[in-house]
Amino acid sequence: MTTTTSPPRGGFGYRHPNLRLAGLLTAPMAWLVVVYLGSLAALFITAFWTVDDFTGKLVREFTLQNFQQVFTTPAYLSAMLRTLSIALLVTLFCLVLALPLAFFMARVANPKWRPLLVALVLTPLWASYLVKVYAWRAMLQPETGVLAWFLDPLGLDSPGYGYLGIVITLTYLWLPYMILPIYAGLTRLPDSMLAASADLGARNGRTFRSVVMPLVFPSIVAGSIFTFSLSLGDYITAQIVGGKVTMLGNIVQTTYVTNLPFAAAVATIPVIIVLLYLLAVRRSGALDNL
Amino acid sequence: MHTTRLLKIVVAGSAAALVLAACSSSSSSDSSAAAPESAAAASSAPAESSAPAEEAAAEVPGGPAYAGPVGAGEGQVNILAWPGYVEDGSTDPAVDWVTGFEEETGCQVNVKTFGTSDEAVKLMQGGGWDLVSASGDATLRLIYGDNLQPLNPDLVPSYANIYDDLKLQTHNSVGGVPFGVPHGRGANLLMWNTDKVTEPLDSWAVTFEADSPYAGAVTAYDSPIFIADAAVYLMATQPELGITDPYSLDQTQFDAAIALLEQQKALVGEYWSDYTKAIQAFNSGTTAVGTSWQVIANLAEAEGGKVMSTKAKEGATGWSDTWMIAKDTPNINCSYLWLEHIASPEVNAAATEWFGEAPSNAESCALTADKDHCTKYHAGDTAYWEDVYYWNTPTANCIDGRTDVQCVPYSEWATAWAALRA
Repeated sequence: MTTTTSPPRGGFGYRHPNLRLAGLLTAPMAWLVVVYLGSLAALFITAFWTVDDFTGKLVREFTLQNFQQVFTTPAYLSAMLRTLSIALLVTLFCLVLALPLAFFMARVANPKWRPLLVALVLTPLWASYLVKVYAWRAMLQPETGVLAWFLDPLGLDSPGYGYLGIVITLTYLWLPYMILPIYAGLTRLPDSMLAASADLGARNGRTFRSVVMPLVFPSIVAGSIFTFSLSLGDYITAQIVGGKVTMLGNIVQTTYVTNLPFAAAVATIPVIIVLLYLLAVRRSGALDNL
Repeated sequence: MHTTRLLKIVVAGSAAALVLAACSSSSSSDSSAAAPESAAAASSAPAESSAPAEEAAAEVPGGPAYAGPVGAGEGQVNILAWPGYVEDGSTDPAVDWVTGFEEETGCQVNVKTFGTSDEAVKLMQGGGWDLVSASGDATLRLIYGDNLQPLNPDLVPSYANIYDDLKLQTHNSVGGVPFGVPHGRGANLLMWNTDKVTEPLDSWAVTFEADSPYAGAVTAYDSPIFIADAAVYLMATQPELGITDPYSLDQTQFDAAIALLEQQKALVGEYWSDYTKAIQAFNSGTTAVGTSWQVIANLAEAEGGKVMSTKAKEGATGWSDTWMIAKDTPNINCSYLWLEHIASPEVNAAATEWFGEAPSNAESCALTADKDHCTKYHAGDTAYWEDVYYWNTPTANCIDGRTDVQCVPYSEWATAWAALRA
């Protein structure tokens, strides 16, 4: 048998795959690189400048003073740790709430109800962020709020405005972003594996630990990227229900008009934390599930 | 293979973006490098007594004022304002000085309110606004930032009736050239919820001193400018610090103010920058006592809250607001029409009475609904304003005229405030 090589068919793009690729990618890459990475680069560069004491204008001279100030002032360091702990707690609470909910939606509920359940999970996203945070301000209000009303018979006080108030509100805000990836992961779980696990004698708990969890773990990590990074950058929630507790975003907000380089140095911190987090989760395969 | 090719493209693109960023930043550094020079030249002009006034005027940032005459409106005017300054009946149907203006001039009024002067500065720098009601801690930043144009007083007939001690002040003029029309002035008040505080108050002490009976229910304004409120209290309680102007603090005085604010932080339940949050907190009793504006007291009372307010005996920070025109406004006629409208006695009376501040127009006093309004707010009472320190922008050159020390500039006020709040 002899094979004859026929001349390539197709148009210009088929014969020049590199040009075809370039043509396809130029517009989105230009957007990503110039607008998105460009603004991040500008932010990073600004962090090495300073402001003139007399005019308040930017002075474009290289200095490490801003980073030095951020990393040596105890107040900023504690704000950094506080923000990080809020983001971690919010992620944990979202996970605890989202796992059973997503499991119910994907595996227990009648399949014909699934679209409705997904729509219900999404409904809070239709309302304005500010409306939801102000609603939580009313609910968290000490003594007279809805939470106080619920907790009072149990002998408990409303968490009020502060650290816990921020965690509760952010958990509410970002919960859908955790439910949806886990739900998607669970719907992809083959029934045959659960059946096989049962056939081999595993009880429910064992099946969950050894079969379900490893398979949906990448989805959980995908969800946690949303809840973690959204919490890390938030500042309005802290302003409205935070009492006197502040997050990194509030420091940026207070200083960015009068001292842009310092604000830029502070703003770089969450970017670095999220990058480290993304590097850490890359191995889990979670990025394929986004 | 495909991923490595993609990576190469991304890397090449990023390099290009960095080059672009570097280019754009170097070009913008040229333009902004020129600005401080001209500003420095303008401020040094009075020092060189030989420099004639005309020359100083030529140095004024923002270019020439509109020559006029004021023609037909362009159809719209975009206004940045403090809450309560531009009311179109949506807050209270009876409070409306916008609808009539729109019908009369055909200028559709688009308004955005801001909660702090920093927010106003940032919004103005972003462009797209024709007018701003700027307080003294924003005006110089905007003027020297080349965001505003001088005022042509001849085009605003009501300007002649504005109180003299509000015109051509350091915060609303440069080298004798006016920037904008004064709107009104007021003091930052000590306010309390009468359910939580039964005795009338007259001193800031309960908001600052460690033995305050209202610990945990004190509120304070969430802005670096609030450092000046601590300085005002120190002027009365620690005269040995020698503070004469709360916006002009050397390092020792500044550190004392920050120490006082640290002490206050233990008492604070929450800080406010959004006035609606302050109203809700005072009304619900979450906040018992703290710093406030008259408009917050008025709205809180309108909502049935039990609050009272007063100017504390130590003196107070305050504001003197001025309507200013953006340098590159495309709606110059509508802008001047609005300036005359808002400065006219009827509207000035209505607006300042609604906000709860002293009107700027001397003829407004006859037109207020409450005939005692001007007496209550001390409109023309020069002595009353002596211990009210209008918001100003702290600079390293002490505003109070001291030359032997350097003062703490506003950028450091901001970082100190951020550190305090963190």
